[in-house]
Amino acid sequence: MANVESPMAGKVWKILVKVGDAIAEDDEVIILEALKMENPVFAPEDGVVKEILVKEGQQVEEGDILVSLE
Amino acid sequence: MELFQSMWTSMAFDNLYWGNFVMWAIAFIFIYLAIKKGFEPLLLLPIAFGILLVNLPSDIMTPNQGLLWRFYHYGEEWAIIPPLIFLGIGAMTDFGPVIANPKTLLLGAGAQGGVYVTFFGALALGFNIDQAAVIGIIGGADGPTTIFLASKLAPEMMGICAVAAYSYMALVPVILPPVMKLLTTEEQRKIRMKSLRKVSKLEKIFFPIITVIIIILIVPDAAALMGMFCFGNLMRESGVVERLSLTAQNELMNIVTIFLGISVGATMPAEVFLTTKVIGVFALGMVAFACAAACGVGLAHLLNLFLKEKINPLIGAAGVSAVPMAARVVHKVGSEADKKNYLLMHAMGPNVAGVIGTAVAAGMFLSVLK
Repeated sequence: MANVESPMAGKVWKILVKVGDAIAEDDEVIILEALKMENPVFAPEDGVVKEILVKEGQQVEEGDILVSLE
Repeated sequence: MELFQSMWTSMAFDNLYWGNFVMWAIAFIFIYLAIKKGFEPLLLLPIAFGILLVNLPSDIMTPNQGLLWRFYHYGEEWAIIPPLIFLGIGAMTDFGPVIANPKTLLLGAGAQGGVYVTFFGALALGFNIDQAAVIGIIGGADGPTTIFLASKLAPEMMGICAVAAYSYMALVPVILPPVMKLLTTEEQRKIRMKSLRKVSKLEKIFFPIITVIIIILIVPDAAALMGMFCFGNLMRESGVVERLSLTAQNELMNIVTIFLGISVGATMPAEVFLTTKVIGVFALGMVAFACAAACGVGLAHLLNLFLKEKINPLIGAAGVSAVPMAARVVHKVGSEADKKNYLLMHAMGPNVAGVIGTAVAAGMFLSVLK
């Protein structure tokens, strides 16, 4: 099952899902903040949130796994 | 009666003419824009207050006497403050995106095409060659560089060109998108760029050192700006002088911004500002911004003819400096075409390269015209 990866370097601004949530492709999962801009991160496909691997305020790099789906 | 008359004279109302009141109105508009609209308030507010002060009857700009004249003389005429601002910008700038993708240096240089287009436009409109250079550099979207070049070539143009540069910088989100959309197709705007590679600390330390050597060897007149810029960046990346780096970015930057803003404002008494030339400067400044963005996008298209891994042409528009606003605008326009397209960090490459590009363009003008 796919994971939600960070598309860019930035800081986790808001986490919009909880473990167990059913989400659809292109739903906003997390909002990243970079250069004072809020950037939504979208789900790559339908799934259920298995685990959230980041905390709000955490710095992430491009390619880091933010949320795992099942 | 005599007493009344001398009081009237000391109150100095008769030293004002209608132009001063027009300048008050302009100062009030700028203050309004800064406070209410958030237009570059850190600079516009001090500039506006300087305009107000110099259009009141006072000796505040009297040579060798007035307070703001001293700020102006030692800060700008001696060209000390703009390089100090560059020190701070250098300490704030992360060159990672440029090092990871050096092609973006070309895009930052390409956008300087707008500077030269505007330079020739200003010459055609009857500005002298020194003034035309300063007006052209507005297209680089870099306030300190504009002020630096004006102090060396055409001090009488400093105030108006600085105001034009800062006003248009605030308008980057308005001016750039139509130009970018006109010059790209929907498909091109959707191009996703592959991830930037990791940049090591060593590379980041070497970057400012190598850059300063190369640029000063080629364009010695850019030494003041680029020397401070690269020094600031080295302080940042070295990791051993965090206190100095933070001071350059914050306290020092804020202090010199105060002196810079209010004294640049004070270079605009009514008799200097209210001429038909001002309209020309503002019109050309707009052209400069639009052309710079267009040149950047154009160069990106040109590079794409040769590249296997296509770049999104939108990022060329970030070559106008205005860091990081231009990069944000690029990101926004890109994500309108494809919401999963994240161009922000890719656009930071040309964006910071644009700062170097503008400083080099200013150095070139200086070496030719000085």
